[in-house]
Amino acid sequence: MEPFTTLTAVAAPLPLVNVDTDMIIPKQFLKTIQRSGLGNALFDEMRRTPDGKDIPDFVLNKPAYKNAKILVSGANFGCGSSREHAPWALLDFGFRCIIAPSFADIFYGNCFKNGILPIALPQDQIDKLMDDAERGANAIISVDLEKQEIRGPDGGVITFDIDPFRKQILLNGWDDIGLTLRDGAAIDDYEAKAKLAKPWL
Amino acid sequence: MTRARTLYDKIWDEHLVSAAPGELPVIYIDRHLVHEVTSPQAFEGLRMAGRTVRHPEKTLAVPDHNVPTDKANRAGGIEGISDPESKLQVQTLAANAAEFGIEHLAMDDIRQGIVHIVGPEQGFTQPGMTIVCGDSHTSTHGAFGALAFGIGTSEVEHVLATQTLRMPQSKNMRVTVNGTPGPGVGAKDIALAIIGKIGTAGGTGYVIEYAGEAIRALSMEGRMTLCNMSIEGGARAGLIAPDEKTFDYIKGRPKAPKGGGWEQALAYWKTLFSDDGAHFDAEIVIDAADIPPLVTWGTSPEDVAPVTGVVPDPANESDPGRRAAKERALDYMGLTAGQKLSEVKVDRVFIGSCTNGRIEDLRAVASIAKGRKVAAHVNAMIVPGSGLVKEQAEREGLDAIFIEAGFDWREPGCSMCLAMNADKLKPEERCASTSNRNFEGRQGRGGRTHLVSPVMAAAAAIKGTLTDVRELV
Repeated sequence: MEPFTTLTAVAAPLPLVNVDTDMIIPKQFLKTIQRSGLGNALFDEMRRTPDGKDIPDFVLNKPAYKNAKILVSGANFGCGSSREHAPWALLDFGFRCIIAPSFADIFYGNCFKNGILPIALPQDQIDKLMDDAERGANAIISVDLEKQEIRGPDGGVITFDIDPFRKQILLNGWDDIGLTLRDGAAIDDYEAKAKLAKPWL
Repeated sequence: MTRARTLYDKIWDEHLVSAAPGELPVIYIDRHLVHEVTSPQAFEGLRMAGRTVRHPEKTLAVPDHNVPTDKANRAGGIEGISDPESKLQVQTLAANAAEFGIEHLAMDDIRQGIVHIVGPEQGFTQPGMTIVCGDSHTSTHGAFGALAFGIGTSEVEHVLATQTLRMPQSKNMRVTVNGTPGPGVGAKDIALAIIGKIGTAGGTGYVIEYAGEAIRALSMEGRMTLCNMSIEGGARAGLIAPDEKTFDYIKGRPKAPKGGGWEQALAYWKTLFSDDGAHFDAEIVIDAADIPPLVTWGTSPEDVAPVTGVVPDPANESDPGRRAAKERALDYMGLTAGQKLSEVKVDRVFIGSCTNGRIEDLRAVASIAKGRKVAAHVNAMIVPGSGLVKEQAEREGLDAIFIEAGFDWREPGCSMCLAMNADKLKPEERCASTSNRNFEGRQGRGGRTHLVSPVMAAAAAIKGTLTDVRELV
């Protein structure tokens, strides 16, 4: 996994609440057996007409946002299906950071497995960043994970919270299976005890 | 004296493998279900890292999302899947299960079905377990007092490799449903009423325990419907303390504990309840008698209204973000504020899914359908949740009632709940559906979904509009 340290990039505004993972990537794209190449499917039904033409008004079709790497959106982002294809599609399009007032639990956890930083902020700070993101190619936002800071185009600084362990995972790009297996003795111990206490399992 | 703990806290503590300072806790996973859509990349990840499956015997694989539900294609087995990508996913699941030594219920196995119907049916799901699946509706299994929740594909790989997960502990919410529901009101209406009250993100960060007289009175099937919908209220898991109904349901099932193991398991299961005085971070109390038959009118499961009511006016919503979402929903749904819901005409009816595809759901549908006819303009399909549900329904003669009434009686699978197979809505087609999500495009691009209970779906099929089922009982 690619580490996340700092990111300075165009931020795209998506001012909708309850953006669900069916919107982020519709089911017809879940038939792949690979993780890669899903960027083209991102927000497909909002981005294209049924016959496959771009809808010019959709934010990611506007030239200013073609290279956006930060997405600013509404509350409860990523609700619904557990499909990790949603963060895969966001990542493949180029997004490394999603900023919203709140996230659905499964989506939030999935982001950290893919080097995407999800940042939850109070609504008033989101409103400010959404205004910033509306400035098209001038909507350059900087995110510093180590310092837990976001810098807007006008230089204003916002700080954010993140679980310290998940922060380390992102900063270092760690494979968390490897990390858990390093502590394999604890799993062996647990299993030995469980076998005695709950033999029917 | 030990601290009073909630049921969730008890299961969590019991499964804690390690909690090193500065790290997320590691919890043990007792059972793992896999289906064809969210697992291929996990198995590929194992192969690329040269890892094995730590406990293949704790995992059960079953294809459900992509399988055809029409008899002709189904009869052809995997070769009968016309979409090459769908076919490849189903083939890949079978190949991965064989390679890693995981039990696999193939498409033509009578036990095949929707993974959340198969788990309980086989006795794979038991109280006090931790159960995961790369599928958000894993919350279904909480009906048995198991801590069950959906995970992403990277976590599927983590569980396959380590039989554990790293995750933060959730907060505790208790939803108490007192009283007795009125006629025509069931578990689905209770679920929708709760989501309507707490909102689609109301349960985020929580595990919900359902309690109270109305919950105790629910059958195991009803409890599964309720726990299934927990995720639509934002809660990763829902829980109901096990009782005699739970134990009776499990006893004798193929993967249930046997002999001395049964007695030992039972003694443990009887300790699985929230202690008096246990702390809940949030409490919701509802009276079942206040819940009418409900329908959704929008594109979020929280967009709930009584079937006797009207489409709400977004202008009454004070939060601007939510107001915009409701306006967008009405536009998508082709409805106007103030319109009577009972006058909304439906084109399609879908009965099935991990929410409402069990035998009791089908019996309820049959009780409304018997001796009546599906409206001429409605295409109404019934998709049993598993091969065993289908067999049971046919043994009881329910299929004859459905066919006589004009329903399309199909083969088991996820079907039009998420429309990954050929079963889908056309743009602007309107459907009364017993499934769990009314999101934009969920049942097919441009399709319009109204979530309802099984009896409400049957009533809509017969009247051809959203209908108060109490008019038909």
